[in-house]
Amino acid sequence: MFDRDRWQEIWSVLKKNKFRTLLTAFGVFWGIFMLIIMVGSGKGLQNGAMEGMGNFATNSVFMWTQRTTMPYKGLPRNRRWTYTNEDIPVLRENIPELKYLAPRLQGGGYRSGDNVVRGDKSGAFNVYGDYPQWNKIDPVRILAGRFLNEIDIDESRKVAAIGTQVRDVLFKNGEDPIGQYIRIQGLYFKVVGVFEPINSNINFGGDKVRSIHIPFSTMQRAYNYGNNVGWFAMTAKDQYKAELIERKAMQILKKRHDVAPEDDQAVGHFNIGTEFDKMKGLFNGIKGLIWIVGIGTLLAGVIGISNIMLIIVKERTKEIGIQRAIGAPPKTVITQIISESVFLTTLAGYFGLVAGVFIIEMLATGMQQSSGSDNMFRNPEVDFTVAISALGVLIISGILAGILPARRAVKVKPIDALRYE
Amino acid sequence: MIDLSNIHKSYITGTNRLHVLKGIDLHVKKGELVSIMGSSGSGKSTLLNIIGILDIHDEGDYRLNGQLIHNINETKAAALRNKFIGFVFQSFNLISFKTALENVALPLYYQGVSRKKRNRMAAEYLDKMGLLDWSDHMPNELSGGQKQRLAIARAMIHQPKVILADEPTGALDSQTSYEMMDLLQAINREGITIIIVTHERDIAERTNRIIRLRDGNIGDDHQNGIKKETTGVFNRP
Repeated sequence: MFDRDRWQEIWSVLKKNKFRTLLTAFGVFWGIFMLIIMVGSGKGLQNGAMEGMGNFATNSVFMWTQRTTMPYKGLPRNRRWTYTNEDIPVLRENIPELKYLAPRLQGGGYRSGDNVVRGDKSGAFNVYGDYPQWNKIDPVRILAGRFLNEIDIDESRKVAAIGTQVRDVLFKNGEDPIGQYIRIQGLYFKVVGVFEPINSNINFGGDKVRSIHIPFSTMQRAYNYGNNVGWFAMTAKDQYKAELIERKAMQILKKRHDVAPEDDQAVGHFNIGTEFDKMKGLFNGIKGLIWIVGIGTLLAGVIGISNIMLIIVKERTKEIGIQRAIGAPPKTVITQIISESVFLTTLAGYFGLVAGVFIIEMLATGMQQSSGSDNMFRNPEVDFTVAISALGVLIISGILAGILPARRAVKVKPIDALRYE
Repeated sequence: MIDLSNIHKSYITGTNRLHVLKGIDLHVKKGELVSIMGSSGSGKSTLLNIIGILDIHDEGDYRLNGQLIHNINETKAAALRNKFIGFVFQSFNLISFKTALENVALPLYYQGVSRKKRNRMAAEYLDKMGLLDWSDHMPNELSGGQKQRLAIARAMIHQPKVILADEPTGALDSQTSYEMMDLLQAINREGITIIIVTHERDIAERTNRIIRLRDGNIGDDHQNGIKKETTGVFNRP
């Protein structure tokens, strides 16, 4: 609905005191600008944190052994114990909610100098004995070759998947490591794959780019671990909580190893799911705070508009009185004033929106150019829906800001308005 | 056209109650040219405002064109004003940001007449007032007499039954005042009822009926025999 007279009036009213209009509009401009900047940055922070763990199976649990703290079945307290291979099928059979189970071993040696050698090159790296399932729990991106598979386990093959930094240290630039042999603590392993980490923000013990995965069974046999299992990593099926398998597995393992059921210290465990939930809660909290502060700032701007509209109505009392005397119905006066308010709010807010999105986009492109992969702040962005809802909020607040002054305008009797000087 | 019987109106300011109109009975027939005189505070403006439905009386009956004005809301009042009444004010009361043409067309805007049609009609009335050359000028670029003629054009464009003029010559010099009266007389001869509030005797002398208010009552109401001749239709300067 384009009514030329209405727009002419809006324009002439706002033009009359340009500086005042500008200052008032700035309040709303700033409100929406800050809201957009904060929402965008909050998203950036979240992106930065979540990107480093985005593919990690978040309903996962890790479980290792610690010394017992109470005597049980004639066994003393302060006893060392370890998981064994026999635990693996028992866990699989007795916990139907289990999706992946990955027993793991960590090789020693890397602390006492270079444990991995190839020709005249050597380095100190983390060596893990793993099941292929590990790659489902903490996936890596395979750059060449493959990860470990079931046959490697069954045949206890001497093969290894290496991180990018291992490759860079042990191989010449451009050299293809696949099929080559490296010596890990005196034994030769054939390189079958090169990987780079995806979830770089979640690390156990050491940097993933500096790790080597060899088959679990190979590590047990070659390095004299017998049938010991270092620790278990397990993931619950999607519809179950990680806490459930955590509880069940602890029960089973304690029972099998004669640990007192109430000895909570004996099993060390870590639940990624809870940590992940905490993280999510944190970001939801930040988001909530942003909206509260943002809406608050916006509200201050809108109140400014309402205030200035009251003054405008007061200044125009006589003019409005004339209009009403010659037949302007209250409805026309009210819509006129609300239109002014909505127009001013929306215009100012629109510029704030554009400026905010512009800054966020600048930031995003700037960061892409200087991209470090471990940034905690990454890809700040404003969804289209946020922008649209911000605009909606603006229009509604413009209406709200106009209601009070508009009512004030028609509350005055026309005759009093005419007499007003 | 206008029937007032036993109209009372008082204003309350703080604890004081000011009884302004104390039972006015007044009948104005269609086509009359009436002036209301009285000293300041006699209630003449209040009476005019009640007739113009800008103010509501406390007591008594007011019929405008046979319709009882009672308990009407502001929307209804605005519609009635827009339909029956044209106002001419002492201080002209033009809208400062609208051109002469748009000012004249304003009552039609509130009736929802299309822009094209109301501008055409406004141009016609401006022409009658001899202001066609000024149609794109802002009110502050016009002289007092021109402003008042503009206001009269605005009061007439929606073809009201009654024109109410509150001290229409109060801000004008005597020469312009007489021209204004010529104009109002000419309009009256077209059949439009005109009520003028004035405190100037020579202005009142040029109306057909003079009503004097004294302390909220009608003190004197007589037909005015002396009628000065005017020149031609819508006397142009």
